[in-house]
Amino acid sequence: MTDTQSVRNFSINFGPQHPAAHGVLRLVLELDGEVCTRVDPHIGLLHRGTEKLIEHKTYLQAVPYFDRLDYVAPMNQEHAWCLAIEKLLGLTVPRRGQLIRVLFSEIGRILSHLLNVTTQAMDVGALTPPLWGFEEREKLMVFYERASGSRMHAAYFRPGGVHEDLPPQLVEDIGTFCEHHNKVLDDIEGLLTDNRIFKQRNVDIGVVSLKECFEWGFSGVMVRGSGAAWDLRRAQPYECYDEMDFDIPIGKNGDCYDRYLIRMQEMRESVKIMKQCVNLLLGAERNGPVSANDGKVVPPKREEMKRSMEALIHHFKLHTEGFHTPPGEVYAAVEAPKGEFGVYLVSDGTNKAYRCKLRAPGFAHLQAMDHICRGHMLADVSAVLGSLDIVFGEVDR
Amino acid sequence: MIEALLTLLFFAVVSFGFMAGLLLIVAYLLWADRKIWAAVQMRRGPNVVGPWGLFQSFADLIKFALKEVVIPDGANKGVFVIAPLVTATLALAAWAVVPVSEGSFFGLVEGKWVISDINVGILYLFALSSLGVYGVIMGGWASNSKYPFLSALRSAAQMVSYEVSIGFVIVTVLMCAGSMNLTEIVRSQHTGLGTMLGLPGSFLDWYFLPLFPMFIIFFVSALAETNRPPFDLVEAESELVAGFMVEYSSTPYLLFMLGEYVAIVLMCAMTTILFLGGWLPPIDVPPLNWVPGFIWFFLKVVLVFFMFALVKAFVPRYRYDQLMRLGWKVFLPISIFYVVLVAGVLVGFGWAP
Repeated sequence: MTDTQSVRNFSINFGPQHPAAHGVLRLVLELDGEVCTRVDPHIGLLHRGTEKLIEHKTYLQAVPYFDRLDYVAPMNQEHAWCLAIEKLLGLTVPRRGQLIRVLFSEIGRILSHLLNVTTQAMDVGALTPPLWGFEEREKLMVFYERASGSRMHAAYFRPGGVHEDLPPQLVEDIGTFCEHHNKVLDDIEGLLTDNRIFKQRNVDIGVVSLKECFEWGFSGVMVRGSGAAWDLRRAQPYECYDEMDFDIPIGKNGDCYDRYLIRMQEMRESVKIMKQCVNLLLGAERNGPVSANDGKVVPPKREEMKRSMEALIHHFKLHTEGFHTPPGEVYAAVEAPKGEFGVYLVSDGTNKAYRCKLRAPGFAHLQAMDHICRGHMLADVSAVLGSLDIVFGEVDR
Repeated sequence: MIEALLTLLFFAVVSFGFMAGLLLIVAYLLWADRKIWAAVQMRRGPNVVGPWGLFQSFADLIKFALKEVVIPDGANKGVFVIAPLVTATLALAAWAVVPVSEGSFFGLVEGKWVISDINVGILYLFALSSLGVYGVIMGGWASNSKYPFLSALRSAAQMVSYEVSIGFVIVTVLMCAGSMNLTEIVRSQHTGLGTMLGLPGSFLDWYFLPLFPMFIIFFVSALAETNRPPFDLVEAESELVAGFMVEYSSTPYLLFMLGEYVAIVLMCAMTTILFLGGWLPPIDVPPLNWVPGFIWFFLKVVLVFFMFALVKAFVPRYRYDQLMRLGWKVFLPISIFYVVLVAGVLVGFGWAP
């Protein structure tokens, strides 16, 4: 034994094949006993070059890439892309189309929150809630399928509106779903909300102050958890959110538990919005176009194409060359389930985007991992990671 | 000489028979555990191998036995291989003193419902279950890998902490029973609160009622002792992947699993013996007391196991420091207080046996 011994911290690789790494995150943890002294997120294992690929596709062809960003709530991403293009073109979406978009955006929010809340529970060791949540998600994915033909990668929101109208039966079934969904949320809350262990694992864990939230560029549930009533659906309403009646739940402490509660409450609020949409879609807005009828942007209906020469030409042009946008740059953002999802689009007047920068909320949240987790214990890292709501599709793009 | 050999042979046969029965029961309890868990999660659970998946455990056994044993390059091979053996052997050996019923074994051998009716049975059990931690520590250390190493550190702290409160819980029972022999402990539950009130022997006499807080502490500590949720920090999936078992595969892994489940059933049996009146019928009247004792014993063990299984399905996991806090700052003071209280009551009222 020498007089001085060098003591080295214990460093471990948390991921990329770790069951709690939410995909392909690799965290290099430096541990002092069980306490984390450094958390170093390494990303890029799911990088597909989406932004670059979009530059080589026409505007319509780029839509499906957005399904593959946050693949937990695909349509919300498409929404931002469509909004950006519509802003560039100065296109307005007919009211029925707007309602359908809002309806499916809220379905996306429930899809995402259900997954996140229950996997957050799994990250602190409760193994049952995810299966209850997935049962419910399955129903929502069936709605996706009935609307678009695909359970996940819908490509349903198109520039100008949505691809096809919804069958009335589907709208009714979504209405029925809304009636029963709160009961399922009650069940999940019964397992978690007042559970002492769940609270011990989440209360005062991963606290972020509002100031830190803004410094790190947080959005969505992360800022609402710290007490700011900031929600793009309210702050800069798009589609017909300004007519909808819903509340924005906010937290006080900015810890994992508040974020959990907010997500639970937001799901109930989403149900509220969905009910309003369903009522309108079955009532006042029962009939009407779901897409703008600008033949230079929106492809014609099939029957029209069979009858009209002009429609046939439009169809051909739109599905080969695509539409051109006026040169310029726009930023459009939606309140995605995980936060502000933005599309910054630069157009040079051709049929393809010159540059498309995607602002993914998860990326901003993940970069604060070290800041939030330092000094917490190893077990808290997975709890914090769960409450940040990370999906690697959008972080790595 | 011949006689000694015969005795040895006899013990070997009895032990082997008992072990075979035990493993069969464990195989089905494992299946039941998965089924219960599945039911809570709205899944079907094992349902393919055999009717209702009844042969699932045996299919798993064959699968594990036929796979290649992978020993990591950097591992300490000797310790790595011995560790699962330690876990499984200790868990099985502990059953030697567990009395399943009393009286003669179907009229064949007198007093042979237990393999070895030693007078300090509870100490033997206590010693063996404490040794169980060695399997985990050895496995975690010998793997020469980081997650298993952390897991070994955790298990050392966790199992030792809860051992302490289990010890005090057992002391209260011992004071009431006046014996360390497990058969005697069950017999002393013939009389109790119920008979004091003039009722016939019933479940009111069992120790779970007068020692209710201890019963709860014992149950929770048993969860911690056997690394079941919410105390499964040692193999916490979301933190340590599979803990000390990360590097194990094939039969060594199987032995860990087996040892774990045998230990869980052992803890269920101990709960039954210490608090739920062992093989005594819930009410000592016909036709309930016509049912053979081992059936009651089995039913009670299954009941406790059912609670184990439900707990696994419902609770999140404690964090390491919260676990230690619960063990040392909550359970330990309560159990020490109860030891003093029980001792005071027993001496004060002259009820000490």
